[in-house]
Amino acid sequence: MATVAAQETVQYKSVDSIPLGEINVANPHLFQNDTVGEYFARLRREDPVHYCAESRFGPYWSVTKFNDIMAVDTNHKVFSSEAKLGGIAVQDMHSVEGALELEMFIAMDQPKHDQQRKAVSPVVAPSNLLLLEPTIRERAGAILDSLPVGEEIDWVKLVSVELTTMTLATIFDFPWDERAKLTRWSDVTTASPETGIVESFEQRRAELIECAMYFKGLWDERINKPGGNDLISMMAQSPATRDMPFLEFLGNLLLLIVGGNDTTRNSISGGVLALNQNPGEYQKLRENPALVASMVPEIIRWQTPLTHMRRTALADAEIGGKAIKKGDKVVMWYLSGNRDESVIERADEFIIDRKNPRHHLSFGFGIHRCMGNRLAELQLRIIWEEILKRYRLVEVVGEPERLLSNLVRGITRLPVKLHAL
Amino acid sequence: MIKVIFVSADGSRRSVEIDEGLTAREAALFNNVPGIDGDCGGVCACATCHVHVDHAWINQVGLPEEGGMEDDLIQFAEGATETSRLACQIPMIPALDGLVLHLPKLQH
Repeated sequence: MATVAAQETVQYKSVDSIPLGEINVANPHLFQNDTVGEYFARLRREDPVHYCAESRFGPYWSVTKFNDIMAVDTNHKVFSSEAKLGGIAVQDMHSVEGALELEMFIAMDQPKHDQQRKAVSPVVAPSNLLLLEPTIRERAGAILDSLPVGEEIDWVKLVSVELTTMTLATIFDFPWDERAKLTRWSDVTTASPETGIVESFEQRRAELIECAMYFKGLWDERINKPGGNDLISMMAQSPATRDMPFLEFLGNLLLLIVGGNDTTRNSISGGVLALNQNPGEYQKLRENPALVASMVPEIIRWQTPLTHMRRTALADAEIGGKAIKKGDKVVMWYLSGNRDESVIERADEFIIDRKNPRHHLSFGFGIHRCMGNRLAELQLRIIWEEILKRYRLVEVVGEPERLLSNLVRGITRLPVKLHAL
Repeated sequence: MIKVIFVSADGSRRSVEIDEGLTAREAALFNNVPGIDGDCGGVCACATCHVHVDHAWINQVGLPEEGGMEDDLIQFAEGATETSRLACQIPMIPALDGLVLHLPKLQH
């Protein structure tokens, strides 16, 4: 482990001095220090479908250009998400001893994926979101009203985490006073001991079992109470999900918790950072608050809160001229595809009034496309509309801190100061 | 030019024209018909251009191939029916001149 860490640390010094074959963009340190973009830029230029023969995640292919990623993502019959083959991240699922072998529909192929997704998707369907909007807006307003003006505060903790947790508690109809548990379980789900979030995989296992037991209690309360339009009632009452085995029950819950939490949280923080790095864009927004509509998808592209999704080839295939063998691990780097100049004009710039802002990879494409994408956009739209009503400027006053993860592109701390209108 | 009529959920009708060879998705997007996003760029990958083909037209337009990508995606779209199609998969040919497409109540 020490050698791996040493290699990984050496690697981020100068991207051009590294032989192409030794580039390992899955090194989580490159995300924590936010230098991975230079690596992706080089791969897109010199070797867009790149083979990394050796890494602590084993050998894997990196797909770095927009259209190649789209081709993999929409070919679910050849590129599998199945957990037993390794699942959906460069780090194989079920590879850690002592960890729970969770099952979730994001890491399933057809037909089971389709049945389970259909059972839970109504909770984030447009008609249900319409019902949620006033509640989310009221809560977003209350969060913003509680913040002190002119003092240094941590935007991540006080706003991004708060809003996404409240929204999640709303869609689960989770006991309100205990909603901090959701944040914790979300963090724990994607954590390894090196992040410091948990001390060991045993601790992670214990906390996730506690999570499962808690939800089991809510499930038992609701299974015989028809009519609830919260996620737990829906899962408890749908024939497709009612009799799920324990690890599948837990897996799908955690999928929805992480899916609805980590991602939007980091887009809320990422948007504040992006506007501060691009004061001209912030000025445009102040002058024309209607730009929130096109800014929201631009923030999601810019942040790319999930850096990648991984697939496993079920048959020999070709991507961008490279021969992929059956069984190979294929990583679609959404973060890289979202900076691909051949598809997105001025891809390295944050532009809140882009002509075609929704054409980005952050939600993935194909049958596994993010189920909660409209809820994510709704929360971002509401928080920015409410910010603009209250504050002239959310000023970043210190360096952001980033998460040590090659999957969740996370901002863990963002010191800001609020300026009144 | 080929004519397409989009009917929104509240019943209002909007008639637009589009060049032969483009798709019903472009007919909507190029004319700012609300309710069609087409996030993926028109390659049958996202289901944000979901429409209901008018019953009178469904035979000419046809149904999605069973078990194909379009079919796989439509199953997750809210309010999908037996005449649901993705607009990006409806090429505008002369036989479809006057085509009537109904927009779902909510696409967002």
